[in-house]
Amino acid sequence: MSATATTERPAQATPRKNRRTLGNGLTTRRAVPMVPALVLLLLFMAGPILYSLYLAFTDNAIRGEGAAETSFIGFENFTNAFADDAFWNSVVLTIVFTVVSAVIGQNCLGMLLALLMEKSNRAISFVVTSIVIAAWILPEVVAGYLLYTFFADEGSLNAIITSLGLPPQELLFALPILAVSFANVWRGTAFSMLVYSAALSAIPSDIYESAAIDGAGPVRRFRSVTIPLMRPAIATNLMLITLQTLSVFGLIFIMTGGGPAQRSQTLPLYMYEQAFSYGQLGYGTAVALLLLGIGALASIVYLRLLPEEEKR
Amino acid sequence: MTTTATTERSGTEPASPRRGVRDRGAPRAGGMSLAASISMIVLGAAFVIPLLWVVLAAFDTEASLAVSWPSEWSLGNFQAIWNAETTFRPLTNSLILCGGATLVTMTAAVLCAYPFSRYRFRAKRPLLLTIIFSTGLPITAIMIPVYSLFVRVNLIDSMVGAILFLGASALPYAIFLTKGFIDAVPIQIEESAWTEGAGLLRTLWSVVLPLMRSGLAVATIFTFVGMWGNFFVPFMLLLSPDQLPAAVTLYTFSSQYGQVAYGQLAAFSIFYSLPVVVLYLFMGRSLGTGFAAAGGIKG
Repeated sequence: MSATATTERPAQATPRKNRRTLGNGLTTRRAVPMVPALVLLLLFMAGPILYSLYLAFTDNAIRGEGAAETSFIGFENFTNAFADDAFWNSVVLTIVFTVVSAVIGQNCLGMLLALLMEKSNRAISFVVTSIVIAAWILPEVVAGYLLYTFFADEGSLNAIITSLGLPPQELLFALPILAVSFANVWRGTAFSMLVYSAALSAIPSDIYESAAIDGAGPVRRFRSVTIPLMRPAIATNLMLITLQTLSVFGLIFIMTGGGPAQRSQTLPLYMYEQAFSYGQLGYGTAVALLLLGIGALASIVYLRLLPEEEKR
Repeated sequence: MTTTATTERSGTEPASPRRGVRDRGAPRAGGMSLAASISMIVLGAAFVIPLLWVVLAAFDTEASLAVSWPSEWSLGNFQAIWNAETTFRPLTNSLILCGGATLVTMTAAVLCAYPFSRYRFRAKRPLLLTIIFSTGLPITAIMIPVYSLFVRVNLIDSMVGAILFLGASALPYAIFLTKGFIDAVPIQIEESAWTEGAGLLRTLWSVVLPLMRSGLAVATIFTFVGMWGNFFVPFMLLLSPDQLPAAVTLYTFSSQYGQVAYGQLAAFSIFYSLPVVVLYLFMGRSLGTGFAAAGGIKG
């Protein structure tokens, strides 16, 4: 948008006459308002990131060795992580959690809801989308408790399925990673739904009409018209929900605390446990950097999905 | 496909304007609409159960983990938590923390976004990309170095420190949002303000801000709601019990008394969630649409 504005400008206005018009170069004085934001970002964002690049290569700790005197230990934290089964366990759980709850769950359910919104009764879709959005705006800790009561042994889900004569589930013990994944779907679907619903309404309806005249059925229309036109929205949404899901902490912490027996311990929880339960700040930071690496890798993949003109 | 679509459109558009109107309404009537409505109801029912639990349990002093109609409706749970220590102090702390941080974020974001949107400079593109990239930065991943740094500079357990960090962590997204809103304000209006001699801050305050009021409200509420729900940041940076916001005291709620009073937990959850629900209702649909438009779909 800004690019168009600047390229159009010299053609329209007479640039030499009124130097003070907008769209001109940034002078030092004009940059002054940007200072507070830059200072905040440098101090509280860039600072910790740079510091983490140092911390990850030290044995910095809250107590024990490395507490009194921090020393540089090279790549030892990383090699320790790669040699630790608990680390790989949490890498696998993180990937399962992200794929099941974000890429499959939130993404597909959000798309489904956005499509249903267009077709179903207005009043019904208003009520249902309000419910879905309510699940999304509730604070993370509240959502954690609500979903804990839903999946718990004596919880709502078991009350419902036993009243139907089915044996009760014990997802929180049997497959905790699935329980927290469902919880994340419950909590996060509204985001995808809103993004897709906005993108769907931006598609002009006459494209569908002419596709229908050409003999395309609903499935074909979805595949050949909707999906290609929504590709930027899908790629952006996937990237945002993946990054969001990779860093989910509170929801899992409240529901299972990473257990039982570390079977729902995703990387953020592993990182937290190492850094604060065991006091290994340096090691925890190394794990955090690896988490950032996974996020960056995922983002690169999604950016490749974007059409060429969106990449600029 | 696209070429057919465009030729088709230009052929039919002027001829039958009524057809388009009829078609737009048609799908809602048929069997497809019924199937869609039923699927919607099923999905809605699945989503609503946990929400029902919190509402029903809050009014039931005998609440269990399962959703059930209270045998006797009572305000006992609310009465039990109706005191400064359990409810009002944490909520006040949340308000100070999130209100303060939202103020920091939005002020810095608007001030930064305006020159960013209006002037040309060499670092514009890289800076914008950096901001977009940092919106995706998982804050969870930098909390350990932040904690470690805060211990060093003695900012740990300081409300001001937590406000500044929370404010900074929301900044990239807020700058991105507000820049989008400012971009959408037509530049000609400001040009006349400029030729009449208004300075940068003056123009921003009296010309641009009023024009982007609704967008700014969306961005502000969005920032605030995000912070209100944030658990990890105050959990790490604040320690003393009288400073903890509701997000953290809700977590300690269950461990404090041993036996968990689920009705009281539900009642407190409702108190804690109420502000964001009210803000959302207040914003209505514009929060969804304004936000989705800003969700990175437009550059």
